[in-house]
Amino acid sequence: MHPAFSVIFFTTCSGAGYGLLAMMGIWGAAGMLPSERWMGLSGLLFALTLVTVGLLASTFHLGRPERAWRAMTQWRSSWLAREGVMAVLTYIPAALFGLGWVWFEDTTGLWAVAGVVSAILAWLTVICTAKIYHSLRPIHQWHNDWTVPSYLLLSIMSGAVLMSVLVHLFGAENPYIQGLTVVTLALGWGLKTLYWGFNKRSSGLPTVNSAIGIDAAGDVSVLELPHTSDNYLMKEMGYKVAQKHADKLRTISHVTGFALPLVFSALAMFIDGYAALAAVVLAWGLCSLGIIVERWLFFAEAKHTVNLYYGATKV
Amino acid sequence: MTSLPSHTNKKLGLVIDLDTCVGCHACATNCKSWNSGGHSAPLTDYDPYGPQPDGVWFNRVHSFEVKRGDRPNLTINFPRSCLHCDNAECVTVCPTGASYKRSEDGIVLVNTDKCIGCKLCSWACPYGAREFDADEGVMKKCTLCIDRIYNENLDPEDRQPACVLACPTSARHFGDLNDPESKVSQLTAARHGRDLMPELGYKPTNKYLPPRARKIDSADIGAPEELEPFEADGFLGWLDKVLSK
Repeated sequence: MHPAFSVIFFTTCSGAGYGLLAMMGIWGAAGMLPSERWMGLSGLLFALTLVTVGLLASTFHLGRPERAWRAMTQWRSSWLAREGVMAVLTYIPAALFGLGWVWFEDTTGLWAVAGVVSAILAWLTVICTAKIYHSLRPIHQWHNDWTVPSYLLLSIMSGAVLMSVLVHLFGAENPYIQGLTVVTLALGWGLKTLYWGFNKRSSGLPTVNSAIGIDAAGDVSVLELPHTSDNYLMKEMGYKVAQKHADKLRTISHVTGFALPLVFSALAMFIDGYAALAAVVLAWGLCSLGIIVERWLFFAEAKHTVNLYYGATKV
Repeated sequence: MTSLPSHTNKKLGLVIDLDTCVGCHACATNCKSWNSGGHSAPLTDYDPYGPQPDGVWFNRVHSFEVKRGDRPNLTINFPRSCLHCDNAECVTVCPTGASYKRSEDGIVLVNTDKCIGCKLCSWACPYGAREFDADEGVMKKCTLCIDRIYNENLDPEDRQPACVLACPTSARHFGDLNDPESKVSQLTAARHGRDLMPELGYKPTNKYLPPRARKIDSADIGAPEELEPFEADGFLGWLDKVLSK
């Protein structure tokens, strides 16, 4: 599939934003963060800015962005509509939680409930995003059991890495918060490795024979294409990435998205002051780069069944 | 509403004969011609006279070669268009309600006034039936010539999809696949019509008739395999000798 910049930016940016929002909600409600005005304002504002910028970016790939509001009407059948509804709903408890934290400097009682609800809605929004891809049966690399957990865990992980930066900035370091960052990085790395392994080992059921309704009696190859230059289908769904480039990018993603952030985040637990802050900032920067590469691969390596009509032997 | 109808009264669709299709592209060009002024008009072209012509088409004709071991290779001309599936997931993924399947006849359509051009429906179609119109910013697809088949301004025999009318070898048939007595249903039963990619569970309405078994050797027509040498007498024999020197 064509790796559109707007969708890569949306899923990574909003994913990190929802992850941070959930971290603020859960840790804030649990009383593990100082219910102090500037901490709340910085964390929630940054989280909601990432979410909002990502959501706006996602409308840039629409053919008719001015009609984007219509995309929330079909929540009964469409995961994209559900994502839109959940994204809007998430702002409500997040705003309430922000009101409590920033204005009243209180993250307990009902304000804490708003924090937990923000976290749950943030996670549900990310799950809806993942379900958009997971529900597409023509794309084997997305329509499998690894897609939804990967999206959710990588969102939580991106949020945890950001949370580490925030607590170090405000001198609110806490072994539980930093420990969770290390754990989510390790789990995210493991899950994504399993996802890549699954897609390397397996391919979709349809073949060119079943695509054209011919018995498996012989080898089918393209004799002539219907058109002389690439059409919409080939540009949108026929994206090909050379295996050697994909493998190189995957190594970059392994190293910058998971391995180095894991090392720096773990290191930050044993040092303090500016050195610890530098370590978590470095972990965040590297992780962001690695996750963008990971998301690019998620799209570029997805093979749609329409490619069977254009010469692919398996998808 | 982008939920699918629980059942449709009719299942209008096409039956395409891969045995007789000659790959002439007449169906595709007549489709383009009619629909350029039809329900989903315009069917935009980009750079039509330039080096990389591209544009929106509802019907594309592919040609494949099947290698069959010691038997001769087979050429399959394969027209590809919307199959108007029972389980049309291009409809259910639509976030706006622009995509819908009609409960009266099963035709899958796009309301281009509601479409936001998110392209998700084209991702959800395994068959590549939907093509995005970048000029208008909306998705377009085969309408089964909804503006022909119910058009009372046309003669009854012309109330068929443009692709069916154009086919010079009658490889395309239009009718109600819900009615077991219809010509298309009987043809499908007699020729073991196939669903495309049945493993994905989209339950397409359109059926494809696989090529019939073909003979490898030609039939005996009673003619000798080689001709006998001709021996002439008389004047012609003398002439043959002189000219052969």
